[in-house]
Amino acid sequence: MTAQSKAVSMNVIGVAEKTERTPHPYSNPYLAGLGLGLVLLAAFVVMGRGLGASGAFSSLVATGVQAVAPEHAKSNEYFAEYLGDGSQHPLKDWLVFEVLGVLVGGFVSGILAGRLRKTVEKGPNISVRGRLTYAFVGGIIMGVGAKLARGCTSGQALTGGAVLGVGSWAFMMMVFAGAYAAAYFVRRQWR
Amino acid sequence: MNAPFFKFGFFNDDVSLIVAFVIGIGFGFFLERAGFGSARKLCAQFYLTDMAVFKVMFTAIITAMVGLYYLSLAGFVDLSLVNVNPTFIVPQTIGGLILGVGFVVGGYCPGTSCVAASTGRIDGAVYLAGILVGVFAFGEAFPLLKGFYNSTSMGSITLPELLGVSYGLVVFLVVLMAVGGFAGATWVEKKFAGAKS
Repeated sequence: MTAQSKAVSMNVIGVAEKTERTPHPYSNPYLAGLGLGLVLLAAFVVMGRGLGASGAFSSLVATGVQAVAPEHAKSNEYFAEYLGDGSQHPLKDWLVFEVLGVLVGGFVSGILAGRLRKTVEKGPNISVRGRLTYAFVGGIIMGVGAKLARGCTSGQALTGGAVLGVGSWAFMMMVFAGAYAAAYFVRRQWR
Repeated sequence: MNAPFFKFGFFNDDVSLIVAFVIGIGFGFFLERAGFGSARKLCAQFYLTDMAVFKVMFTAIITAMVGLYYLSLAGFVDLSLVNVNPTFIVPQTIGGLILGVGFVVGGYCPGTSCVAASTGRIDGAVYLAGILVGVFAFGEAFPLLKGFYNSTSMGSITLPELLGVSYGLVVFLVVLMAVGGFAGATWVEKKFAGAKS
């Protein structure tokens, strides 16, 4: 840790947090990618399946709907699939446990790197409320898109990409296309 | 051949949940290492100032793809027992487009928003709440969307099967494309990083 980087970081985060460690720089992208790839390979070898994320959200939502309106959840074909036949709890699911691991793994890495910080990621020219509105709306769009595509960046692009699935590759190209097409219109979040 | 271990019955469903948790920890750890707990870092990809999303994603894809290919050549993994997502080409194409828009509007994807939330990013937590609303809306609208959702089914088809070429050739071409992409991405970063904002 150089004296200069420490000084810069203290200017940003303020005196109140001066006991906190200076955030380490992010890993080299190829090194992080290699680590991620080996985790994915381990999932293939041990489980015969890859990584995922959005499926866990379906289980969570289906469980919530069941708690509030059990008959309605049972009559909805989509939620019913995630609820199963009732022989075991719908949250006792592979992707749910994997996503719990993601939360823990991210937290551990964040602590080790001194990057744990209660903050909002945004550019200087947008209010916190504005950025959170974008985040919420983006999340809704993501939720709909991921369900329609039967998976998200983890389950389709990363996992399906590595096993050369046709739909996964088409999906991946369209994710980049959609994001680049919309980027111009939401640039004020970051600039 | 004795892998995938789970498919050969080496452990039961309960143990598979522990495996899921451990694999998830590795997944989350490397996402955070890469800087993907930050929406600014992720979205820089779409303004061409930092191509880490492309670099990390394609390094991970070729690592797992090449590893799996050689493990199957060595007779260690039975590739036919590794799950391939079924293709529904039109809904996946449209879903991908929608998801891409959601990515750049909200700043995250589902996995990265988990890492963002667990490292204290409030926008990450709000994004997670948004996903739940989106999934709920999709579920409620499912009776209307079902026909489209199940349309253009092609089964669990892979690129080598579609193109009628060998698995190894596609693996090689993907690696070639990725390496070319890395060089291009670095060039683009240099060109645009100076010109940002």
